[in-house]
Formats: sequence, C-alpha cells, structure tokens
Amino acid sequence: MPKREQLQDDYLESRLIRRRLVLSAIFIVILLSLVLGRLYVLQIVEHEHFSTLSDSNRVRIKALPPTRGLIFDRHGVVMADNLPAYRLEIVREQVEDLDNTLLQLRQYVEYSDQELKRFKQSLKRRRPFESIPLRLNLNDEEVARLAVNLHRFEGVEINARLTRNYPQGAHAVHALGYVGRIDERDLGEVDGVEYAGSTHIGKLGLEKFYEHELHGTVGVQHVEVNANGRTLRVLDESPPMQGNNLHLTIDSSLQKVAEEAFGNNSGAVVAIDPNNGEILALVSMPIFNPNLFVNGISFNKYNELRDSHQRPLFNRALSGQYPPGSTSKPFYGLAGLELATATKDQETYCIGFYKLPNEERKYRDWKKQGHGHMNLTDAITQSCDVYFYDLAYRLGIDRMSSFLGQFGFGVKTGVDSTGERNGLLPSREWKRRHEGMPWFPGETLITGIGQGALLVTPLQLANSTAAFAVRGTRYQPHLVKSVEKVPEYNRIEIASRVAGRYEIQKQQNWEHVHKAMVNVVHGLRGTAHGISQGLEYKVAGKTGTAQVFEVAQDEEYDEETVLEKLRDHALFVSYAPADDPQIAIAVIVENGGHGSSVAAPIARRIMDAYLLERS
Amino acid sequence: MNQTLDSDSTSITRRVMDALRLDPVLLSLLIILALFGSMVLYSASGSDQAVVIRQMTRIVVALLLLVAAANIPLRMIRKISIWLYLAGLAMLIAVMFYGEVGKGAQRWLNLGFIRFQPSEILKLAVPMIVATYLSNRVLPVGLKELVVSSVLVAIPVILIARQPDLGTAILVGSAGFFVLFLAGVRWRVMISLGVLLSLMAPLLWKFALHDYQRNRIATLLDPESDPLGSGYHIIQSKIAIGSGGVYGKGWLNGTQSQLDFIPERSTDFIFSVFGEEFGFFGSIVLILIYVAIIFRGLYIAAHSTENFGRLLAGAFSLTFFVYLFVNTGMVAGMLPVVGVPLPLISYGGTSMVTLMMGFGLIMSIRSAKRFLV
Repeated sequence: MPKREQLQDDYLESRLIRRRLVLSAIFIVILLSLVLGRLYVLQIVEHEHFSTLSDSNRVRIKALPPTRGLIFDRHGVVMADNLPAYRLEIVREQVEDLDNTLLQLRQYVEYSDQELKRFKQSLKRRRPFESIPLRLNLNDEEVARLAVNLHRFEGVEINARLTRNYPQGAHAVHALGYVGRIDERDLGEVDGVEYAGSTHIGKLGLEKFYEHELHGTVGVQHVEVNANGRTLRVLDESPPMQGNNLHLTIDSSLQKVAEEAFGNNSGAVVAIDPNNGEILALVSMPIFNPNLFVNGISFNKYNELRDSHQRPLFNRALSGQYPPGSTSKPFYGLAGLELATATKDQETYCIGFYKLPNEERKYRDWKKQGHGHMNLTDAITQSCDVYFYDLAYRLGIDRMSSFLGQFGFGVKTGVDSTGERNGLLPSREWKRRHEGMPWFPGETLITGIGQGALLVTPLQLANSTAAFAVRGTRYQPHLVKSVEKVPEYNRIEIASRVAGRYEIQKQQNWEHVHKAMVNVVHGLRGTAHGISQGLEYKVAGKTGTAQVFEVAQDEEYDEETVLEKLRDHALFVSYAPADDPQIAIAVIVENGGHGSSVAAPIARRIMDAYLLERS
Repeated sequence: MNQTLDSDSTSITRRVMDALRLDPVLLSLLIILALFGSMVLYSASGSDQAVVIRQMTRIVVALLLLVAAANIPLRMIRKISIWLYLAGLAMLIAVMFYGEVGKGAQRWLNLGFIRFQPSEILKLAVPMIVATYLSNRVLPVGLKELVVSSVLVAIPVILIARQPDLGTAILVGSAGFFVLFLAGVRWRVMISLGVLLSLMAPLLWKFALHDYQRNRIATLLDPESDPLGSGYHIIQSKIAIGSGGVYGKGWLNGTQSQLDFIPERSTDFIFSVFGEEFGFFGSIVLILIYVAIIFRGLYIAAHSTENFGRLLAGAFSLTFFVYLFVNTGMVAGMLPVVGVPLPLISYGGTSMVTLMMGFGLIMSIRSAKRFLV
C-alpha cells in the first residue's frame, strides 16, 4: 500500500469538511422536522385533548410527607416520637387577597414576623394548590377561636399533622439533637422531591446524622379538584413510607443518673463500653428542651438560651475542648515504661517545683511543699507534677505526641453525630505551622501534665480511657446500635469498628500503670480515695484539674478568691470493674475545682447504676 | 461575491460592520431572536419588568463581548486556545474543592467580584483546542489524532458530569465531537466508538456515579415515574404547548403559564410558554429563525479558507443546534429533562454570554478569509 500523503492538501481537506457540513445540515433538517412533527401532534392533532385539560386542569398531584422514624434507647425506651399537632395552613390559589387575609388572621391567632418570613419563602417553592403552614402547634384555644371564624377565610385550613416530639423533654438532648423547620440551606443538601411534603428536617446531632434513615420516602396522591380547588376524590395514591427507627446504644436511665449527678454544674460526661465502643451515656450540662426548636423557637427564648452564661446549647461532650490535666498522666506513664525512658522503681525527688537545666523559671507542683521521693506508682496515685515534668523532659515532645496519638488524642473519634471537634495534640510541626514559632522545652513540661496547648473533647478522653482499659484497642464510638428497617421491621446491627490499636510491648508495663490507677481510688493516699467507701467492685481512675487561667510566676492560686468562671475545671477518668472493664467514663465539671471532690463522685454514681443495678 | 457587493454599496452601516469585522446577516438574526426572547420572557416572568430589564442588560453586555470576540485575529484565537483550556480545567478542579453548592450540584466559582460557572468556559475552549490541534494535522484524522482529541474532550466532560451537570456535559462533549466529526473521522471508527461507548455505559453507570446521581438519571429517563419532580414538569409543559393550538392563546394570555403551572417557566421551560401563547405557527417561525442562524454559521464555516476556521465555525453552529434540539425535545416530552436552556431566550446570563462570544468568533473567522484572500 502506498504511504499516505503527509502534506496537507487544502483542496481535498476542504472538500471533506464541506461534505461533512452538508451532511450535518441534512441531519439538522431531519431532527428539527421531528421536533416540528411532535409539536404538530401536540398542538394540532391532540389540541382538543390538551385544551380540555388546560381548561379544567383538575388533576393535581400532592406530596404526602412520610412519618419520621422513631428513636429508642438500648432498652426500648422511646426517646423521640411523633404526635399530631394542629397547624394553620394556607392554600395560596384559593386566597384572593393574601396580604389582607394574613392581616385579618392576626386578630385570631398570633404569628411572628419570623414565621411570616418562613411562610413566604415556602410560598415561592411550593405549588399554588399546596397547603403551606403559617403557624405550627396551635393550642386548643387557638384552634377553637379559628374554627369558629374559618368560614370567613377561603383557603385557610386547620390541619392535624404528625410532628416530632421528644417525650422526655430536655433529657439526652445533646445525644439526640433535634429537628427544625426546613430552610433554604437544608434544601441545598437534600433531594427536593423527597422533601416535597416535609416541613421538618434533622438540624443537629443524631437527628441530622441519620436524616437519610429517619426521613422515609415521600408518597404521591393524584386528586381531582373542583373549580375552587377543593379535593373531590382521590384518583390514585402511593402512600408514603415511614422512616427507619433507630435503637441507640444509650441507656436512658444511666443517662438520667448522669444528668442528675451534675446538679447545677456545667460540664460533660461520656460513658463508653470499652469492649465495643457503644456509648452508654453522653451528657452535656446544662440541658434544654429540644421541643422548643421543633416548632420554631421565639427570638426571646432563643436569645435567653444563647446568652445564658452556662451556654446550654453548646454540646460540650463533642464540641467542648479542654486541657486533660492530670488525666493524661497514665498515658505518659505507660509511654515512659514502653519506650524504656522510665523504669517502675526509678525515683524522682519532688521539692515542689521543677527547673530545666540553665533556666530560672520554676515549674510548680500543685503541692507547694513537694511530695518527696516518688516512683511511678506514687506519682500517679498522688498525681505528682514534678515526676511528670521530669518524665516529659526525658521523653521529649515528639515521642509524647506520637504515643498519645496512638490512643486517639488530637483526631476525631468519628462518632455518628454532628459537631465533633478534633481536640489538639501539639507537636513541633503543629507549632511551626500555626504559630510560626519553634517548640520550646518549657512547653514539653507543661504538655507533660496535660496543660498548655493539649486539648481533648470529653468524648475523646472517654474513648482514649476505654482504649487504655482494654490494653490498646480503640473502637470507633457510636450512638446507634441498630437501624430498624421499615416496613420489614428487621434490625440491622451497626457493627463495632476498631479505629486503632496500640500494641503493648510488655504487658507488665500496662499492668503497672493499671495498678497505679486502681491505687488512685483504693489506695490510702490516692487522690480519688474519697469515692472508695462502700465500693463493691474495683475501679481504676485518675483525677485531673485543668487550669482555666495561668497563675503568674510569683502568685498563688487561691480557690476561695478566684471568680467562679475562672476556677479550674475538675476532671476524672475511670473504668470498672478494674479486672474486666465494662464501662469507661470521662467526667468534666467546668469550674468545679478539684477532680477528686466533684468529678469522681459523678463517675461513681454512674458506675454504681450501671454495674450494680443491672445485675 | 462579497467584494463586488462591497464596492457597489458603500452604505454607512456596511462600512461600520466591516470596520468592526461583524457579519450583518448573523448579527441581525441574533438581535431579532434576543428581542423576541425578551418579549416571551416578559410574559413568562408574569409581566415582571425588572426581569426583562436585567435580561436586556445581559443582551447588551453579551453583544459587546461578541464585538470584542469578532475582533480577535484568528491567529490569536489559535494561540490562546490552549491557555483558555488549561485555565478552564483549573477552575473546574477548583470548583470541586471550593465551589458553591446550588440545588445539590457544585458548579459555581466565586471569585469575589464575579460568580460564574467555569464549565461555560469549556463550551468555547474545548472546540477551540481540538480545532487548533487538528488544523495542524493532515485530514481526515488518523488514530493518534483521534485518541488525543478524545482525551482533550473527555477530561472536562467527566469533571462537569460529576458536578453533576449533565446538560452542560452534553453540550461540551458534543462541541468537541463535532470538531472531530467535521475533521472527517471515518464512519467505521465512529460506529465502533459508538458501540464501545454503549458497552461501557453500564460500567460507568456502576462505578463513576453516586447513588443519587443514578437516581436522578433514572428519573430523567422515565419522567412519568416521578410525578413530584420532572414528571410534573413534562405533564404540565405538554398541556401548555398542546392547548396553544395553531395560533396560540396570544401574548400574555397563556393560562398554563400565567397561572404558574409550568415550573422553571422563565428558564429551561420557556418554550412551553412560547408554545402556549404563539401556537404551532409561532413555533415554526421561531425554529426558522434558529435554522437561519445555524445555516449562516455553517455557510461561514464552508467558506472559510483554512481548516481551523472551518472546524471551529462549524462546531459552534452545530452546538447551537444541540441546545435548540435538546431543549425543545425535552419541553415537548421527547427527550429526558436535562438542564439545557433555550439558547438566547431562556433567562440567565452565563449561557447568553458564551453563545454570543461563540458567534463573535464565527464572525472573526468570516473576516479572516477576506483579509487573507
């Protein structure tokens, strides 16, 4: 075969392109004839048919909202259900003068400007024959007043619709989250068709995270209407399908014990089953009533909640970030032994402060006069700071942060809820990136007692403690135990997932630190000795105190004179029974002072409730 | 032919047109269509003057850009095509990470002073780069050229389809395909590619798409199964068009349109408003105007003196036809609902600007011939 001519031949090429252009033109004519033919059919052949349809346009398609899935605790206690509530709704095309009607309605029932704004927004995206809610949750008096006058308002309806309800009110609100009215932002995230009939959507927490399970499938109704738009009969219907039910890992009664144990304090508790990552209780105090948000909270009430100095809306358990203080010491102790930086008998002499070589600055112990000779067990039992300053100095920040990282510090746990934060595990790299500064040796010391830049969320701390309790296996904590699929009502278990595993080099190392933690509670000099009275099982724990503000070099921290909101946070981590851990707990009481006196008793009450009342 | 015309008639308009390198035939057709469109839009928007004024402003801006594009020399167009293409790709990738989400799709890039869809740029850049590439090669295209061009087209098309913006992906893809088609890809190659693609479709369906995208496409293919979404659009749109009859119900008198039964009636579904108010007769007239524009573009392509001009002008004109065909087909219930506007009539700025710039480039191709010969 002759080789193809490689020179461009403009004549041949232009003829080729022209041929193709003519061909395209023919295609165009054919395809557009098809369109015209279709239009001919629609507009001439079937004109009569469509003309009649257009004149009456009687068949309407209505969306039927699905019923939201229910939420139960691990023993079947109802945490969230749906109740019928009366709503004031308006069908736009049946109202002649909308503005006037809205004005007149104000004589019989109150609605806020906010509700009016929302109504007008829905008006834009819904079809003219759909009923659009103006006011939700009418009380009996309002219903009565409106019902009497309803004949005066064409197109205004009172309808009973199922609305989300939290039967236990504020109980477990931070674990559940809540639903609220759909707004523009929500619509951007979901399939508009599925929500064509819905008015509410999960806004926070589980309700948001499991929105796709809880919402259900929209139904459709073809109805014939008369000239005024009133429904005459239903022609065809495919009913909506209820959303799936959730069964939680949360134990409602345990949760209640935890909430009550807090009294008027603010703070958080997370209790986890260390053997599978199931969250047994997740408490952030104070709590608030989520039912307020379902039907649109008033500005005043919202501002009151938002501006309260105790910040009830803030989910401390997932979003609160606190220095772990001395609760980090068992992890450093284990790091020291595992990395062969410390031995179990090696002693440090504590004179009440620590100094870096060639530095004047004093790093103080919480006990002014010092603890004297300290080995690792003593240092954990009595929470000696100087021992851990020294240990930190020898470990160095790089090894410290990589070791804590293996127990989940500084990364999200991946819990199935919204709003979880990272905490902060400082390192040289982090400091260079965020502050553009090198790491100073003094910061290593402060990090070594869980202060400084180190931050944890209560959930993170509980999960790391749980991982410690079962010798290094860290599960991904979760709130949902199973999803009950509707309509078969079969439960699909959510499998426990291992998020990370630290392989212990020598089991004696772990056992040594573990025994020291048992000593914290059961030893005579243990900082949490106070809760050991009458204990029927063994507890391993560690107290902690997190500084809210720094005491200047020459000053002293005096609990009595410090304002309450600047007082230290009290912390306590623990797991029990010590020999066969069933529950791991982290407690943080904001401005509670010492971990021993405030936080530890809360943990004790939870453990009692879980371990004793269960059997 | 044009030379003789020029020397005879030296009217002022003609001289202005020549100075600005514009094609009077194409320009007047475009202006007639745009003005006609504004009239329909006034009715579709429920007699909202503000909407029409905004649309008119866009038309003026788009026409200014058309004039600017018409004055870019052909050499320059070839030179910038690679940069425009790369910039477009970069912005598409940026949109994946920083884009603003609207109605479940991530398409918009906000540069602070302006918010736009980078995929629009690719509607121009893809045919430009493929035409640039092929114009330096011997035609008809060989295997290597075919592979390179297909990759150039496929990358942006996949990125756009994943946003997901099926309508734009189709337009960009067909623009690129038309260049190849005109450059003479052999029929057997095209047929085997078609077979290959249809074999690959199930794989793409399974692995390249998200669940919700699959659902969306499934409803597109069977609108009647989704009476709350696009199925409703189709049903109402057919009633509107069908009830228009031969001469229509008259401007501003369409009951379907005025009573708000047609969703998206000033954007993608504006042709239903038109069909209801102007009838079959009006539809014929409208489609003839479009055909005149498309054929003028093809004529310019056929009379260009170099391959680059032939390929680019031809591809732009054919893409313009795809807009028309997909939109009218979808509104009349022949094709699935994908977001393709009725060109130069639907409300909205981005497609108006790209289309007019495309026509500006066609005019530049037309003038290039006269200076070269």
